[in-house]
Parts: sequence; C-alpha cells; structure tokens
Amino acid sequence: MTYPYTMRPSELLCSRPQGLYCPPGDFFIDPVSPVDRALITHGHSDHARSGHRSVLATRETLDIMALRYGADFAGSSQAARLGETITLNGVAVSFHPAGHVLGSAQIAVKHNGLTIVASGDYKRQADPTCAAFEVVPCDVFITEATFALPVFRHPPAEDEIAKLLRSVQQFPERSHLVGAYALGKAQRVMRLLRDAGYDKPIYIHGAMAKISEYYQSQGIDLGQLEPATVETGTKADFAGAIVIGPPSTFSDRWARRFPDPVSCFASGWMRIRQRAKQGGVELPLIISDHGDWDELAVTIRETGAREIWVTHGREEALVRWCELEGLTAKPLHLIGYEDEGQ
Amino acid sequence: MNRFAELLDRLVLTPSRNGKLKLLTDYFRSVEDPDRGYALAAITGDLSIAAVKPAMLRALVTERMDPVLFGFAYDYVGDLAETVSLVWPTDPAALPNHVPTLSEVVAKLQAASRSDARQVLARLLDSAGISARFAIIKLVTGGLRIGVSARLAKQAVADLRPVDVSEIEELWHGLTPPYSALFAWLEGKSGKPERAAKALFRPVMLAHPAEDRDFEKLEPADYAAEWKWDGIRVQAASEGGVRRLYSRTGEDVAGAFPDLTDTIDFEAVLDGELLVGSPGATGTFSDLQQRLNRKSVSPKIQAQYPAFMRCYDLLQLGDEDLRALPFRERRARLEAFIKTLDPTRFDLSPFVEFTHWADLEKSRSNPPHPIIEGVMLKRWDSPYVAGRPKGPWFKWKRDPHTVDAVLMYAQRGHGKRSSFYSDYTFGVWSGPEGAEELVPVGKAYFGFTDEELKQIDKYVRDNTIERFGPVRSVRADRVAGLVLEVAFEGLNRSTRHKSGVAMRFPRISRLRWDKPTAEADRIETLQALLD
Repeated sequence: MTYPYTMRPSELLCSRPQGLYCPPGDFFIDPVSPVDRALITHGHSDHARSGHRSVLATRETLDIMALRYGADFAGSSQAARLGETITLNGVAVSFHPAGHVLGSAQIAVKHNGLTIVASGDYKRQADPTCAAFEVVPCDVFITEATFALPVFRHPPAEDEIAKLLRSVQQFPERSHLVGAYALGKAQRVMRLLRDAGYDKPIYIHGAMAKISEYYQSQGIDLGQLEPATVETGTKADFAGAIVIGPPSTFSDRWARRFPDPVSCFASGWMRIRQRAKQGGVELPLIISDHGDWDELAVTIRETGAREIWVTHGREEALVRWCELEGLTAKPLHLIGYEDEGQ
Repeated sequence: MNRFAELLDRLVLTPSRNGKLKLLTDYFRSVEDPDRGYALAAITGDLSIAAVKPAMLRALVTERMDPVLFGFAYDYVGDLAETVSLVWPTDPAALPNHVPTLSEVVAKLQAASRSDARQVLARLLDSAGISARFAIIKLVTGGLRIGVSARLAKQAVADLRPVDVSEIEELWHGLTPPYSALFAWLEGKSGKPERAAKALFRPVMLAHPAEDRDFEKLEPADYAAEWKWDGIRVQAASEGGVRRLYSRTGEDVAGAFPDLTDTIDFEAVLDGELLVGSPGATGTFSDLQQRLNRKSVSPKIQAQYPAFMRCYDLLQLGDEDLRALPFRERRARLEAFIKTLDPTRFDLSPFVEFTHWADLEKSRSNPPHPIIEGVMLKRWDSPYVAGRPKGPWFKWKRDPHTVDAVLMYAQRGHGKRSSFYSDYTFGVWSGPEGAEELVPVGKAYFGFTDEELKQIDKYVRDNTIERFGPVRSVRADRVAGLVLEVAFEGLNRSTRHKSGVAMRFPRISRLRWDKPTAEADRIETLQALLD
C-alpha cells in the first residue's frame, strides 16, 4: 500500500519494548517501564506507571497517579486539557475523551499531515462517571481489542444493576458482594446504583476508599459510602447490604464477615457463563469499561481511518473483521497490559 | 421469555439447594399461566417439542455471519448454544417490539413440522434478545442442564401452598403442561385436581436411620427384618394396559428398563428394588451401573445385565388399595401374588430371621451379598404411608468402610463457604517401596465440623504449593501432609480415575493430625474391597 503522506505511519509511531514510541516527537504512550517522556491515556496501573522523568496526561489522570504512587510519581508532570494541541519536538499531540474511566483520554498524534489516534482503552456505552468518548477522525486508528469477539455484547449497564437490585430484594438475609476493579468500575457501579434509586449506604473495601473519595471530590456523587468493617457492627448488619470490593478479595478471609454472601462480579467477561461458573460467581453483572464487539466496529467506521492497528486482546478476530470491511489492519504487539479485572 | 431466560441464567450459577428453590418458587409465584407451566414442564423434562440437531444450528448461524469469525467465537466459548445465542446477528432497527412469551415460543415449536423447524427457529431467534435466544436454543436442543432435578422443581411448586411434595408426585402423571389446574389448586383458587390417569405413582414410604439407643425402646417381636438392597427403589404400576416403572421420586424410568417393563402385565402396584442379574444370581453394584443413566439400552446390554425386581410390598391389587392394611397382611398378599409373576423378573425380598437385636446385629455386619447395605426393620402392624414417618420403619446400615488418605488438593466452596477451602481431593499411596506416590481416590466436602473446617482451611493456606484458579495443591509427601480418615459406603471400578476406583458417598470422618503421611493407606487396601 502506498501512502499519500510524506511519512509512513510506522515512522510516526512504532512499537518498542517499553511501549508505543514516537521517534520524531521522542515520547512514549503508556510505557510499561520508566522513560524520559511519557504520555498517559488513563490511570489504570498497567498504563500509568510511576518513575518517568516527565508525564503528560489529563489533570484527573495525574491526580489518580499521585493518589496511587504518591506525589513524587514522576520527575515532572504537565496537565493536558482536552482538545488542546501541545507540540512536542514539532509533533502535535492532543487529548480527547475515551469514556473509559474518569480522566481517560485518547491521544491524537499529528505530523506532516498524518494523524494517528492511540485510543487507549475506551467504551461507547454511557457512563455517568466520566466524559463520553469523542470520535477523532484520523488516518490510523489504534484500537484496543479486550472484548474483540462477536460473542461480547454488553447489555445496558442499567439492566444489570436492576438484576442486582432484584436479587437483593429476593435474598434480603444475604449480603451481595460485588467484585469490581477499584478504579472506574467500582465508582460506576456505585453511581448506577444511585441512579437506580438505591439510597442505602454502600459498603466498600479499604482498597477503593481513596479513589472513591477522589471521584466524589470531582463532583461525582456516589452517596453514602461506609467501610466494610466489622468493628462498626456485627455480621448481621451486612444482611441485605451491597458490598463492593476488588474481585481478588472475595476468596480472602476478608469475605467471611458477610452473611452467606451472593458473589457478584461486574465485568465484561461475565458474558460467558463458564467464566462466571469457574470463578464461583453466582450473579454475573455484565458491566464493562471496554467497548464490546459492536462498539469497536462502529468506532472503527466512524473514525474514517483507512488503517487499523489492533492491540491488547483478541487481535485476530478484529483484524479479520477489518479485512472483511476492506480496511488494512494489523496486530500491534505491545506487552505488559492486563485484561479487565484479571 | 425473558423471565424464563433470567431464571435459567440464575439457576445454573446458584449452587445451593435453598437458593434454587427460592428462585423457582418466586418465579412460579410471579409468572402467570400458561408461561409458568411450560417452564415447569421444560425443567422436569415433560415438554415435547421439535428437536433441532447441533449441526443445523451451526449451519443456520454460518449462513448469517463469517464462518471464520464464528470459528474464533466458538473456540473461545466452547458451548454451541451459548455461542450462537451471543453471535446471532440482529438488526436492532428490525427487532419486533414484542419479545415472544415462553408459551408463544412453545406453541410455535410444537406446531413446526420437521421440514420447517429450521425456519421457525431462525425467526424465533431473530425476535429475541441474547438470554432469550439461549433459552430457546436450550429448549430445542433438549436438556436444559441447569442443575435442577425434576424432584427439586416439584418441591418448589409444592412450596407455593405449601403442601408435601409427595402430593405433587402422586398427581404428576395425570397432569399435562401447562398444569393450570395444579397451580390453581396450590393458589387456593380451586380444589385438588382429580387423580384422573391410570397407573399413577403412589408416594413411597421411607425409613429413618436406626440409632443404637433406639433399640432399647423397641421390641424385637414387633418387627420383621429384611435385607436392605442397594439397587434402585422402584414402583411397578400397571392398570388398564398402562404400565409404568417409577423411581422413588415418581419419575417414569420404564424407558431405561424395557426388559422389566415388558413383564409388568398385571393389575397391581408393587414396591421393590430394581437389581440386575436374576433372582438366583443377584448382580453386583458394578453390574447395576451398566444399566444406569442410559437413555436407551441395546439388546446386548439387556441380555448381559437383565433387570429384575425384588419385591418389598404390594400397594394395590386389582381395584383394592392395600396401603391401609398392616404390613403382615400386605406381606401375605404379596407372597401369594408373586407366585403368579414371571419368576425370572420378580422375586420376594426374604426375611432375616432373628430373636434378639444382637442376632440381627451379627447379620447386619456380615451380609451374604455385596449389594446388601444393611437391614430394614418394619413393624408388623404398620400401614404403608407416604414419606418418612418415625417408628414404623427403620434402616440399619452396615458400618461404613474407612481409609486413611492424604489431602492433595483443596477447592474453595460456594455461598457461605466461598472464602473457605472446603472441597478436598485426597489420595492413597501407590507404586513400589521407596518410590511411592499419591493417587487421588476421591473428593469430599462434608463430614467435618465448622471448627475443623477453619483448621483445614488454615492448613491449606499455610501449605499451598501451587494454585490453579479456585484450586490449591497442598504439600503432600512421605514427610509432610495432612491425613484424613475418609468414610465411604462402597467402591466401584472406574476407568475415569487414574486410581481405577471410585468411592460411593465419601465423607471426612476424622482429621488425623497425629498420623504421619507415610502411614496412610495404600491403593491395594482399596482394591481388595472391589467386588
């Protein structure tokens, strides 16, 4: 394929062991090990690591990194305002909402008339806890592929929350333990519960206290959150309660303080029954912060990109789909990124 | 359809019996006729609709989407019904505003002929969402596989009023989907449905386990004793040309035992034990297993492992219901009646003679046949009543076998036990001296107290050597490990297990913290128990 541009896309962004690298701009996007200059899409720990010399990210992402790693998480940091163009060694970069978690952004990289958008993680379903995804027209679109199989079709998150509330009503003597990723998913579940009219206190695991507090400080009302500790009461107090914690804690002794818990897990993986069954999940909640198959397809079309780079996830199926659509596509092998909630 | 689909989704992931009952009862209470009745029929396996082969399903979907993408999807999910329900392409704009109800789905599928079943299925799938599609596919491919037995579903229905489940079982074979009269009765809107059909099931009389202190109060002369045969408790009912062979819970198992059913050519209802072999040469439990869990049986298997019935009781003879008579009289009628039956298919359960309880204790401990699991005590004056009344009948089982095994793997439990390692796989030693290794021989998840569970859980967490998902592999070698005394009812040969044996009803009887692992049992000890 020949390009009408003065440079090839791989000269503008390419894969290096540390992550996605821009040679003319001399910066990395979401590098997995310390570098001089890092542009960071969002605050999840596999994308936002500490120890870079300088970091450029949205205000919220910088705040979240400081919460997680301490104020000295990087040598220096600069906040990128959404939509604003910043020039790095002659390369124009801009941040645009990705709809993944609070502060998440796609990064558009423009040079010599060629635009590449690195989307980071994204979703299209409405999320009351972060800005909605914005389509950025581009020549090359780098898409995630976490749920890039036609079996992944996320239902509206509200329906899943309704399912949870029905179960709470049906089993009032049991507590409902909802496993949710500490940044983003947990707060989205809280907010959705509030939107559904649930106004009782939500009990949370200590690991998500700081982040949830931060969300509240940014004007996202999560209602009354209480620590899920027994010091404040007895086991029976948790009957009928909704408790949110990181999924890994449910197999810990921590979970024993709750009466006959119904184990729930909020994740796109819960679409697959066997997956729920293996994890001992009784009530799967298909709520994902990643786009499902249809969202990925629609997004790729809307960007108007002629070339698609597919990364972290099930690249194979999405590359196949792009080929059927007449688009050039290739898997972009980046290492060190995790699946949702794994 | 959506409510039924959600019910299925919840049931398949709910491990506890009570949780399942609650989900089912709530469903039957909140859903109207005839939908709930068809749901009940689907769960009990009483719904007959056009069957669709997996190959047809696959063809339908690959006509509608790229086969390569379908291949990726199917490889990932592993289950055809689930994959198709998820990938089925729909046009959101073309979706009808009405998702078909379960009864509409059933009606369409029942009306479909063999030639248009394919078309009907495709249209139904077009009109439904993901969960509903999954439920529809499960209906047409047969077998919901949601971990709910027909018995449990009937229990949930009985809980509506509530009535004893035996009342439902007794009526069951006279009812047809969608069971509107049954629900009306349970909701107090009409009287109990009449026992309309012929050869209906009579709820079975069961026995309480006898405990040592029971015998102080019991008079040996009041009781008859019989061997307790470890086959399948059955009821042979025949009336006006209708022949049925019921299981203990009232399911008709005649299809699996055509050889026996063919000889039910009388006008009576018999209670007894289904065994294999012949009255003169009773087969072992392994022989019996050759006839279990089969949908159809080849003539060869029927000839090799013929089924016969060892009769305990006579409940009905001609028009006469004998259940209110004392056991002594029923037995006399049975002895006379059995002489009129095919002697290769029916025989009489013999009495065990005794004067004192001590005599019986001796017989109980040394039964003359490996398929005997103890003795039964029946009061001479007891009528035949449904359920498990305390006093008239006792079962006095042989003591269980025990083996000292070493804990090898532990798996997390469910519900209350989801943070505990509560399911244990244990093994015994095999191989030559100096090179012994553990082979797993079974798995048990009860028999211990809550306190012991905490202790084992701590032991598992402190001695984990590897993890695979919810399973931990625990240190177990000649020097270190935890010895469990495991009690079990018997052993079967197994080709599925590396050890070649499978335990029946294993449970942890004691924790042997004191016992060095090297002194645990060897596989030869178990092999010697195989019959």
